Amino acid sequence: MNAWDRFAATFLDTDVMARYLPDIAAGFATTVWLALLVVLAGLALGLALALLRSLRFRPLSALIVLHVDLFRALPPLVVIVLLYFAMPNAGWSPSGFVATWLALTLVLSAFAEEIFWGGILSVPKGQWEAARSTGLGFLATLTWVVLPQAIRVTIPPLTNRTIAITKGTALGSVVAVSEILASAQTAVSFSFNPSPLTLGAAAYVVLFFPVVLFGRWVETRFAWKR
Amino acid sequence: MPGFVETFFNLEIMRAALPYLLQGLGTTLLLVLLVVPLGIAGGLAVALLYRSPRRRVRWPLILYVDFFRAFPPLVLLIFLYAGLPFAGIEIGAFTAVAIGFFLNNSAYYGEVLRAGIESVPRGQWEAARSTGLSAPRAMLWVVLPQAVRNVLPDLVGNTLEVVKLTSLASVVALPELLFAARQAQSLTYNPSPIVLAAIIYLVLLWPFVRLLSRLEHRMLVSR
Repeated sequence: MNAWDRFAATFLDTDVMARYLPDIAAGFATTVWLALLVVLAGLALGLALALLRSLRFRPLSALIVLHVDLFRALPPLVVIVLLYFAMPNAGWSPSGFVATWLALTLVLSAFAEEIFWGGILSVPKGQWEAARSTGLGFLATLTWVVLPQAIRVTIPPLTNRTIAITKGTALGSVVAVSEILASAQTAVSFSFNPSPLTLGAAAYVVLFFPVVLFGRWVETRFAWKR
Repeated sequence: MPGFVETFFNLEIMRAALPYLLQGLGTTLLLVLLVVPLGIAGGLAVALLYRSPRRRVRWPLILYVDFFRAFPPLVLLIFLYAGLPFAGIEIGAFTAVAIGFFLNNSAYYGEVLRAGIESVPRGQWEAARSTGLSAPRAMLWVVLPQAVRNVLPDLVGNTLEVVKLTSLASVVALPELLFAARQAQSLTYNPSPIVLAAIIYLVLLWPFVRLLSRLEHRMLVSR
């Protein structure tokens, strides 16, 4: 048996893979579901915070900046551990799924707010003034003039950041969410063979590689025209 | 039920856990000092090799970068730490973290530095070369300083992410800050050590988040 055969027998054991495929597939579904919920809630909250900040009401802006700084400084895993292991002491015991979802949503909202806010700032003041002088109200100006221009410059950084944070769903394995990584690890300890881990790794590549390629396409599509 | 302060900000427990957490912080900082320079060196190698006119050099580099941008670092870490022993390769937690972070970070730093080098007009390189500077000197003294300046926010932001990423090492039982906090929590049955760890992360990283915000806004205004 040469080295490759030995490697294949250990890491690519098809029997073991076939046995645990349903578990990994269930984990895959959980990861996709968790990722979608994080992206939807995180981006929506981030946009909402950026819009509130555009009101330029100082106390509110200060609170938003506090939220953004806090969740940009704290490692996501620390937030998850705080929610899952510390919150029960306050009488609230979130499931691993909820703890992971909430932590990643808060982190994504912080980064997204900063990117959306940067986008809003990047729209020249003249655009505001011109729109307001034609008789559009504050909200109409924001919706129809500023945001369409702001969103355009935010899309590339937002895509990259969203991918990076969504990969964090793997952190759910630490707090007993049976997503891909946790299912694979359980399967490894039952079969005493690392092939499920290979399968899990492949599942991540299948899930995220197209997203990264999409991100690259977006980057060139929405590139600054100078 | 005990009060909120007594539960989450129990000073007695925090004081008892502090030496242990500081030891964890030491490991975290050691880890940062190891993985940040390694990641930047690897990223620089990726960015410089990408200048090659040959497609068969550039193609594998893009694949490498995109693969590790798609692959969760925790999965990589678990694979190295829990998977490799099955092949008879026993690597400790520290080595697993060092290798995993090197692969992941060099891809991210590579992408940032590549964009930086591409942002420097080609004329800069040609002018530097024509004054008689050798290729390495032209790169080191003319192109790279401008490249770094152009992508400074991304570089700082990525480094911040790397520092935060070291918390993953707790999963493979490397006794860094988060791991120490979890241990102290399970010994005292009280979440205050985790709160203290979060405070330490905040104190450590908040100045960099502020710096990053200012850099990002300055870049926006200068456009």
